[in-house]
Amino acid sequence: MNDIIVAISTSLGKGAISIIRLSGEGCIQLVNNHFKGKNLTKVDSHTINYGYIIDNSKIIDQVLISVMKAPKTYTREDVVEINCHGGIAATNKILELMILNGARLAEPGEFTKRAFLNGRIDLVEAEAVMDLINSKTEKARIQSVNQLEGRLTNIIRKFRQELLELLANIEVNIDYPEYEDIEVVTIDNIKDKVKEMNTSLNNIIKESENRKIIKDGINVAIVGRPNVGKSSILNKLLGENKAIVTDIAGTTRDIVEGSITLNGIELNFIDTAGIRNTEDVVEKYGVEKSIEEINKADLVIFVLNNNEELTNDDIELINKLKNKKYITVINKKDLEQKLDISKYELNNVIYTDTISMDGIESLKDKIIELFNLEEIEQNDVDIFTSTRQITLAKECLPILKDVEEGVINNVPVDMVSIDIKRIWTLLGEILGENYSEELIDQLFSQFCLGK
Amino acid sequence: MLYNTIDFGSDIMYDVIVIGGGHAGCEASLASARLGKKTLLITGKIKNIADMPCNPSIGGPAKGIIVREIDALGGEMAKNIDKSFLQMKMLNTKKGPAVRALRAQADKVTYQKEMQDTILNQKNLEVLEAMAEDLEVVDNKFKAVVLADGTQIEGKSVVITTGTYLKGMVLYGDTKISSGPHDEKPSLHLSDALKRIGFTIKRLKTGTPPRIKKDTIDFSKATIQPGDKELYNFSFSNTPNYNPDEQIPCHLIYTTPETHKIIKENLTKSSMYGGYVEGVGPRYCPSIEDKIVKFADKERHQIFLEPESLYYDDIYIQGFSTSMPRDIQEKMVHSLPGLEHAEIVKYAYAIEYDAIDSLQLKPSLESKIVENLYTAGQINGTSGYEEAAGQGLIAGINAARKIDGKEPIVLKRNEAYIGVLIDDLVTKGVIDPYRLLTSRAEYRLLLRHDNANIRLMKYGYDIGLIDKKEYKKFERLLRDIELLKELLKTIKITPKEETNNYLESLGSAKLLDSITLYDLLKRPEIEFESIKKYIEEDFDKDVIEQVVINIKYDGYISKENKEVEKMLEYEKILLSEDLDYSKVPNLAKEAVQKLNEIKPINVGQALRISGVNPADITMLLLYLKRNRNE
Repeated sequence: MNDIIVAISTSLGKGAISIIRLSGEGCIQLVNNHFKGKNLTKVDSHTINYGYIIDNSKIIDQVLISVMKAPKTYTREDVVEINCHGGIAATNKILELMILNGARLAEPGEFTKRAFLNGRIDLVEAEAVMDLINSKTEKARIQSVNQLEGRLTNIIRKFRQELLELLANIEVNIDYPEYEDIEVVTIDNIKDKVKEMNTSLNNIIKESENRKIIKDGINVAIVGRPNVGKSSILNKLLGENKAIVTDIAGTTRDIVEGSITLNGIELNFIDTAGIRNTEDVVEKYGVEKSIEEINKADLVIFVLNNNEELTNDDIELINKLKNKKYITVINKKDLEQKLDISKYELNNVIYTDTISMDGIESLKDKIIELFNLEEIEQNDVDIFTSTRQITLAKECLPILKDVEEGVINNVPVDMVSIDIKRIWTLLGEILGENYSEELIDQLFSQFCLGK
Repeated sequence: MLYNTIDFGSDIMYDVIVIGGGHAGCEASLASARLGKKTLLITGKIKNIADMPCNPSIGGPAKGIIVREIDALGGEMAKNIDKSFLQMKMLNTKKGPAVRALRAQADKVTYQKEMQDTILNQKNLEVLEAMAEDLEVVDNKFKAVVLADGTQIEGKSVVITTGTYLKGMVLYGDTKISSGPHDEKPSLHLSDALKRIGFTIKRLKTGTPPRIKKDTIDFSKATIQPGDKELYNFSFSNTPNYNPDEQIPCHLIYTTPETHKIIKENLTKSSMYGGYVEGVGPRYCPSIEDKIVKFADKERHQIFLEPESLYYDDIYIQGFSTSMPRDIQEKMVHSLPGLEHAEIVKYAYAIEYDAIDSLQLKPSLESKIVENLYTAGQINGTSGYEEAAGQGLIAGINAARKIDGKEPIVLKRNEAYIGVLIDDLVTKGVIDPYRLLTSRAEYRLLLRHDNANIRLMKYGYDIGLIDKKEYKKFERLLRDIELLKELLKTIKITPKEETNNYLESLGSAKLLDSITLYDLLKRPEIEFESIKKYIEEDFDKDVIEQVVINIKYDGYISKENKEVEKMLEYEKILLSEDLDYSKVPNLAKEAVQKLNEIKPINVGQALRISGVNPADITMLLLYLKRNRNE
């Protein structure tokens, strides 16, 4: 029962802060491995620590981390809570990072289950907690299960059935080795099935993540050197007079978001405050800060000044954009052209000027084009609707890879079947058909994820 | 010692009485006697001890692994088949090591003779030829066995291993005869006694194919199936020593359209399809009529012709079990290629018999109803010689241990197929005769035939059935395994041209850096043979096999070990036998009933009971926690 579980404790969606909670032996060490700041394994229990969550020295988010050592914690195990910025992207990224490095995505209600099993709360209390968590999230949870209806359920069911047949066939081959009546499962049978499944699952995941962007918005970063006109572009996109910029001051976690809706899809502008507050003064953010924003963003609007020559900073940013979706906005087209970008292959170039709304519509059109927004609207595609489902599906991918590798390396089918069985179980969990081997999930599954 | 009659003086009191001399009874009585307990084996006919009434083979998938487990624990079956096989074959060699399984064609005569010699010469073991028909039970404790003539034999405990003899009923077509196999007398009253003392009695069915006179078969129409050229043994204590070319072959033929036509036309004449059978038959071992009805699109079915003994001429027609009347059987047999003029020596038959409900047993195989009463084998609803022997061994061991006040031996699902088998019996129960399959084991990569000694020999030694000499030999094996592992980890080879050319010739990638042999062996294409030349020391085949499997399949083995750890967490939470589940608040009715019936020994077992939901387990854990706190 001591493995590390992790979940997003706050409701998914927009909020100033998101909390990612971990519980279990070694969770402090796990977080510390991806934390830049104090050594969390050495700090006092029940302290809050400021720093950065990093992935291979790349900063993912600025965070506050609560370290709570057993036994005086919710679960009576070591608990870590990561308070990060409320953006979906950063929160998911941190969750993924923890899962990729040894934590397991908590089942619904598993934190409370542990609290109960470890004697922290009794059942009555547990039920009270359940009430507290309120029916809204419960409905949301049921809804998210219900949303997995129709074709996608059928696709997953079909996969499971195929795997089951494959498994059964392998078993029969083992137990009745001399009977020719039974088709012998060969590496080829497995290879084809797994390949098909891998492609299909990958597509569904990709599509789901796309659609999540539609649902949760697209994170947009506007980057460029000081005084290229980022602020004016932002304001024009937001609409001068109805800018819905909010500002929660007074903490280190200040986050200011502005957003607009485009074709029903939300664009969330990252660090609008930085842009707005520093535009007229000396801009305090260097290239590093811009790179950080690029990493966080689903879409980058890269702004250049038509009236200035390219600098080294610009070139560095251009290099960072290579694997990103981005739009190049050349501002101040009304001024004299000093900019020469002919040496660089910049995508999606749009010209604007500082005064009129010229170019803003083309910018919006470009965004729509880049994310296939119209097409997705019209297509009725099969997707996972919850992070839980996506995470489970993603967990299948490396195992599918193990199967493929096993097949390539001529690993005997009965070995490969160990992995096949695991995938079968995971797909079952996506459907909510079996939470494999989890002891007392039934009751606690009424809880929303994380608590 | 052998008695046809016993002088029952007033002071004769056995420690353990075993009823039935089949494969379960043999292991039970030998184990008990070898553990120093005064043991009596009661059997209907001494010449039928260790009889193989059905197929002439021992081992096969899962079953072969049990035989090795029996050996590691100090049982007899492996040693006995090693003395009496006609042919040895390793099955599933093209698959992974987890499912490899040894199977021997047995010489039925030699097998029985060897086992009988062992039994009759065993110290502390007496054999009595008689029919046990009743049990004397006082205060829910076993007291004595009552023979057909009314004689009472007292014992501290009893192991009942009656096979198919409880109210045995043999069927051919619409003919139904009260009988055991080989026209032996069935036990007519013992199952009534069991019912009286509280057992639930169920009716099961099994069947056996016809036997054909060897000289009347034209083998030129069959494909020969020889034994393996490589030498094998079941027992860890023997080194195989025989001439592989002297093995007796089996033969393969196929059913013909004529066979199918005869069966279809006469279907209602069979006992099964005619509705004459009450017992539930095994799903995994269908009769030929079943195969033809259920798999109607198959044009032919495989039939194996297997020798039964060097001492008589019967050929066993594997895959042709039937409950058709005799005249139809004649036609069916004659429709087979090479059997046009075959003479049937024994007709196929179905047999019905009484069995108890295995949910009434503890994992030690002692009954929950009557103290000191154990059951093993077909009476528990299983099928197969190996399954019976495995249970017999455990029942014998535990009966003996209880007398000494020792904890029973209960093997876990990650330790042995015997553990899987018994846990299934006492947790899930049986509907049709239970056969062990590899798919019943969750952790079959850990339960291999090659490592049965590593898994279990320490138990065998601690129990007292493996002697010191044998155990020392085993410890040497363990040391050698460690030694070889260390060597492989220390010996490095460097990317010299010669080495790289050699690797290329093996279809393996060139070295860029130096590499240990251990890591080199991880490459799927590198066999131990190919790297042997880098190691000076010689190692036994067994040692190499263990090391190589553990290196090559390390990833998969770790995956299974992880799953095992999870399970063991639940198994650590013990449940008392005295726990009354109706006192546990909020348990579902079905859960209360199932838990009270099965009385699981730990939460892990409770979790495997069908009808007990996770929510029930929550309530149970809560209840346990509160009680602990009080």
